[in-house]
Amino acid sequence: MLHITTLHYLILGAALFSLGVVGVLTRRNVVIVLMSIELILNAVNLNLVAFSRLWGDLHGQVFAIFIITDAAAEAAVGLGILIAFFRNKETVNIDEVNLLKW
Amino acid sequence: MTPIATPFFFYLLAGIMLVGGILVITRKNPVHSALALIVTLLAQASIYLMLYAPFVAGVQIILYAGGIMVLFLFVIMLVSVDRSMKERQFNSQWVAGIIAATALGGLFIAVFTKGSSLFPDHALPIVENDNTQNIATQLYGQYMFAFEIASLLLLVAIIGAVVMAKKKI
Repeated sequence: MLHITTLHYLILGAALFSLGVVGVLTRRNVVIVLMSIELILNAVNLNLVAFSRLWGDLHGQVFAIFIITDAAAEAAVGLGILIAFFRNKETVNIDEVNLLKW
Repeated sequence: MTPIATPFFFYLLAGIMLVGGILVITRKNPVHSALALIVTLLAQASIYLMLYAPFVAGVQIILYAGGIMVLFLFVIMLVSVDRSMKERQFNSQWVAGIIAATALGGLFIAVFTKGSSLFPDHALPIVENDNTQNIATQLYGQYMFAFEIASLLLLVAIIGAVVMAKKKI
């Protein structure tokens, strides 16, 4: 417990991942769902950098940089969709996205 | 420079990250969630520093906490906060959601703990002064194609976000 190994970082990443999944599945506000997705991506980044530290090479860190770049693009597009959705429906409740329901 | 008090800093930063994560998913006000997420991202940048990844920590602070979260805050200000705070916050499947996420997290932790003999303890602390140079060598050498594709992805995302947020196309 006192000597910090790779396993500690992996368990922290798994806990953050679970918190993000709870946020995506549970909340009704679209902005908070998007923020939970960012939590999930950060948990994956933590895993990658921990393994990069373990094996001593930099592939994990380069991959983490690419994931951060990709998260920026995805957040921009997701928030653009949110703005368009809000302009049509005047609400950010994700239960109102039900036009395809029978 | 030898690391000192590593367990204390790890548990402190891990506690900050987990508390921040819980605050993100439970707050009613989305501005509070965004601020809690900023705290989580800054604590994660500190953990990257503990893992001897200073460039990724810098990118995390500048891009994630300083770019993406500011974008989130702008959009939260654009969509109305007061109306969304008066509605019900958690949907009707929240019990099943928590059970599913806990099962998933438990599965991850069980797999990691069972296979922990596959990855030994941390390597010896190598103090590198050239982490950024090595990342640059890899990024512009081996990962050059992925780098160009990432810049193309950002261009497409910019155009898409501008078009989607316009009033009249």
